[in-house]
Amino acid sequence: MASAPTSKYNSHSLENESIKRTSRDGVNRDVGEPLPRLPGEIRITDKEVIYICPFNGPIKGRVYITNYRLYLRSLETPIFAFLNEEKFNVDGWTVYNPVEEYRRQGLPNHHWRITFINKCYKLCDTYPALLVVPYRASDEDLRRVATFRSRNRIPVLSWIHPENKTVIVRCSQPLVGMSGKRNKEDERYLDVIRETNRQVNKLTIYDARPNVNAVANKATGGGYESDDVYHNAELFFLDIHNIHVMRESLKKVKDIVYPNVEESHWLSSLESTHWLEHIKLVLTGAIQVADKVSSGKSSVVVHCSDGWDRTAQLTSLAMLMLDSFYRSIEGFEILVQKEWISFGHKFASRIGHGDKNHADADRSPIFLQFIDCVWQMSKQFPTAFEFNERFLITILDHLYSCRFGTFLYNCESAREKQKVTERTVSLWSLINSNKDKFKNPFYTKEINRVLYPVASMRHLELWVNYYIRWNPRIKQQQPNPVEQRYMELLALRDEYIKRLDELQLANSAKLSDPSASPSSPSQMMPHVQTHF
Amino acid sequence: MLGKGVVGGGGGTKAPKPSFVSYVRPEEIHTNEKEATEKEVTLHLLPGEQLLCEASTVLKCVQEDSCQRGIYGRLVCTDFKIAFLGDDESALDNDETQFKNKVIGENDITLHCVDQIYGVFDEKKKTLFGQLKKYPEKLVIHCKDLRVFHFCLRYTKEEEVKRIVSGIIHHTQAPKLLKRLFLFSYATAARNSPATDPKKHAVMFDTLQDWCRELERTKGNMKYKAVSVNEGYKVCERLPAYFVVPAALLEEDIVFFQGRGIPIWCWSCHNGCALLKMSALPKEQDDGVLQIQKNFSDRIYKTVHRPPYETAKTEDLSSNFLSLQEIQMAYSKFKQLFLIDNSTEFWDTDIKWFSLLESSSWLDIIRRCLKKAVEIIECLEAQNMNVLLLEDNASDLCCLVSSLAQVMMDPHCRTIFGFQSLVQKEWIMGGHCFLDRCNHLRQSDKEEHQRQLSLPLTQSKSSPKRGFFREETDHLIKNLLGKRISKLINSSEELQDGFREFYDGWHSRPPSYQGLLLPRLEGPEIKVWAQRYLRWIPEAQILGGGGVATMSKLLEMMEEVQRLQEKVEVRHHSQEALQAEAASPPRTSGRLSSLFPFALLQRHSSKPVLPTSGWKALGDEDDLAKREDEFVDLGDV
Repeated sequence: MASAPTSKYNSHSLENESIKRTSRDGVNRDVGEPLPRLPGEIRITDKEVIYICPFNGPIKGRVYITNYRLYLRSLETPIFAFLNEEKFNVDGWTVYNPVEEYRRQGLPNHHWRITFINKCYKLCDTYPALLVVPYRASDEDLRRVATFRSRNRIPVLSWIHPENKTVIVRCSQPLVGMSGKRNKEDERYLDVIRETNRQVNKLTIYDARPNVNAVANKATGGGYESDDVYHNAELFFLDIHNIHVMRESLKKVKDIVYPNVEESHWLSSLESTHWLEHIKLVLTGAIQVADKVSSGKSSVVVHCSDGWDRTAQLTSLAMLMLDSFYRSIEGFEILVQKEWISFGHKFASRIGHGDKNHADADRSPIFLQFIDCVWQMSKQFPTAFEFNERFLITILDHLYSCRFGTFLYNCESAREKQKVTERTVSLWSLINSNKDKFKNPFYTKEINRVLYPVASMRHLELWVNYYIRWNPRIKQQQPNPVEQRYMELLALRDEYIKRLDELQLANSAKLSDPSASPSSPSQMMPHVQTHF
Repeated sequence: MLGKGVVGGGGGTKAPKPSFVSYVRPEEIHTNEKEATEKEVTLHLLPGEQLLCEASTVLKCVQEDSCQRGIYGRLVCTDFKIAFLGDDESALDNDETQFKNKVIGENDITLHCVDQIYGVFDEKKKTLFGQLKKYPEKLVIHCKDLRVFHFCLRYTKEEEVKRIVSGIIHHTQAPKLLKRLFLFSYATAARNSPATDPKKHAVMFDTLQDWCRELERTKGNMKYKAVSVNEGYKVCERLPAYFVVPAALLEEDIVFFQGRGIPIWCWSCHNGCALLKMSALPKEQDDGVLQIQKNFSDRIYKTVHRPPYETAKTEDLSSNFLSLQEIQMAYSKFKQLFLIDNSTEFWDTDIKWFSLLESSSWLDIIRRCLKKAVEIIECLEAQNMNVLLLEDNASDLCCLVSSLAQVMMDPHCRTIFGFQSLVQKEWIMGGHCFLDRCNHLRQSDKEEHQRQLSLPLTQSKSSPKRGFFREETDHLIKNLLGKRISKLINSSEELQDGFREFYDGWHSRPPSYQGLLLPRLEGPEIKVWAQRYLRWIPEAQILGGGGVATMSKLLEMMEEVQRLQEKVEVRHHSQEALQAEAASPPRTSGRLSSLFPFALLQRHSSKPVLPTSGWKALGDEDDLAKREDEFVDLGDV
């Protein structure tokens, strides 16, 4: 956070300097305040206009015409994150450092290297600057592969198995098109990925889309890796629907819980939203990815169309299943920061921060769906996650709140351009400076344990504490009695340990001074309320 | 229609499939024949239990990691149970054997636990009953506790197949005489029941003192009295020998209609209001008799509506509440959802799970029972009224509603002994007809077959009044576990303002577990009691997860605290500093599954279970599904 105060200062001074500047830079401006006028200056007329700024593009505003001047006032209010002056004792922006995270995974190694080819976002403008690619693929190879992948999102490493060295690789669809184009470099590149692991002679490709959609995407130049071209790869479709289907599904969920909770046919109404069915498919896909890497001992390539929605869901959920590190608070923050934020999940488009057009077809609750899947996993494995439900709800609340810069913009390059880390506070600052609030008391750290949730409707539930939390009728039992009891026991245990230490001290003191006698247990012990 | 996916593509039209698919040919099943011959398991018989028939080289099929495994062994039928004796135990960890049932083994099915027997003939599954002309290749047994057993008879000698199949059918389906029930021969053979400390077991309510003590405990003894008028069942056989009535009631009134038409006490609330029950007077046509009944009722009414008695509200459970048929129908549909033959069936039903659940209406029935109990509590607590439950025999819905209300209101009923005493008081002494409701004697066979014809969809082959006590206990136990369950509300209009106010008021305050507990009645939290209903289904098992994970953490912590507590005490009492005693290692519970402690499912690997048919077309959302995520113009690439 060291640089933040100076940059804030800078932006304020800008405001004084140039009153006509747009709000794009995050300068606060109160639309309601009266127009500053000189003595004798009279307003003649005003009108709402769109000003095509040659530097910043179109700006909505109101133009005032007085007897002295033309005055444009922008109607666009800046996002609060740029104005937020909260201070935390932890800087959340330092939580994720890609080099450190890859090092934790044991990278680079003999087969995988870190490349800075995308340092200036020239190779792919929606990817992070730092990428992990096969050692044997040259930068030139990468550039060629990029021409054959939608939006240049080439296959890069997301995660490597610490023991069997199989990997999860993510990318976008190949640009096969109607004519069935081929790209030798792309084919060779996937083969190189396969060869980094010698345990199986097939590479597994999971295409998140339903088969028909993948076929249909050929019409717009996309497609999938057919096995007559990619001989050493096996392709599976995971049947996860697109962002529009998910958006509509969530709308239906809203309809059955707001303003009134659907009462007479709750279960069939819930079923008709398909929300849990989609959750089931996403989880099923992630389980398959995780299982392939873990017990199938085959490296896996995951993509959908552009590789920033379903792909992010699948890779991050699979990583959560495979790697217990991501189940800690900081580990999860790193996972989100890495698989979602740095790899260009289009938060700005999907959420529509500060955008009036709520009906935009780009909106979709993809990240919410991912968090819902995480919640379902935490329900099934209540001791496996360091964080609690509140942590997940807090993340979702600030996904929309714009209080923090964490989820602003579509990709790393845009964030860098806007200097988000300098000018805004990270959500992780809020969370990490008050970690106790977000901790699950039952958490038991287990290294190397793969978690496979059961993706059956018998176990999936609507996340009532999130979707229906505002309804006073559905107020959850707070706090949960089992948790409450556990907390009491924890306190009691600590108390006893303290007592034991004190007794130890008293005893050693007594050895030197025999006249001192310990007080009776009843005097010393707190009243025990927990019955056995 | 969006077409089929490559994996998990369940979309598209399905060819009609055989009613039973084995998926694995017996030849393909990996067997442990060699081990079986080395390790012959002996049949464990209870005192008084007799072996009736048996068959060898029977193959028990177990599902494991979505493939099937066979275990050779002997299938036997005794006068108490069907048992499979195979070398199945070898796979059990020590952790698991710790929780074995000592009377009924993993491969034991008591005769009365058998719900339905199917035979598989040429891959077709048929219900078996009566005399068979042809014997099946495979026997599938659905149990009342929702276990499903598959026994392959292909390698068994024909003679033995005939003997065991007809033996099992006969002993699980033929009507039985009460005196032939196994418990009588068991009781004769195992006479030495250990003496128990009366303070350490449930109250049986078979003495006058038990009732007097219950009256004292609930402070009902001011207005109510225990009576012994029915000693030796002189007045009525349905009623217990001792029970409690309003103190002002005359003994001759009790006798007048053999205990009908008089209020019988169930429980007193802290404010003095009481929960009462009454069986209806016999239905009469004759005007003279009706007049007598009317006079009688008026007299009783006057007695119990006069101070010191509070005004009483009558709840007619026979006409304004659930019918027994409804409950039975719902349960037979509901239980079918959990009797699953194989993985394919599990995943096929998974897609429409919520609508299947809803169409059984079981959860809705549970909700209505809970709601009725809350309504009664509102009367007692908020309106200071007595509640009089009225039912034909006062021995079905009366037991249900009254014991539910007591669990919610009386913390004593939430203790183990308290709950046992409640069951004893309301259900056993309350005259619930367990024999009929559970059909232990299998008497209504004719009636059943008729019913089966009229209800082909539900495949109901049971008497209409079963499944009754189960529902009650399910939900009581849930309450005891501290899980406040929530059920649907039908229509909010029907709720009186008073009820709403009482219910919302209670829920807006932090609960005290030592006082009144009201369950949630809203829909979204309606949940299947997974630990009971899903406990034998391997696909539903969450390895190392489920609520048991937190529970075992809690128990571990309790043990640790206890250990520390003892240590502190010891330190205080011993004058010299103790040697650092070897800390007893905290109990390391192995990784338990969500089905703990029930299923002894053996999953050797940690392979995940994967839906086999996950995908279905979205129907009305087809247009959306076909759309591109983003507008992509890739033409010039």
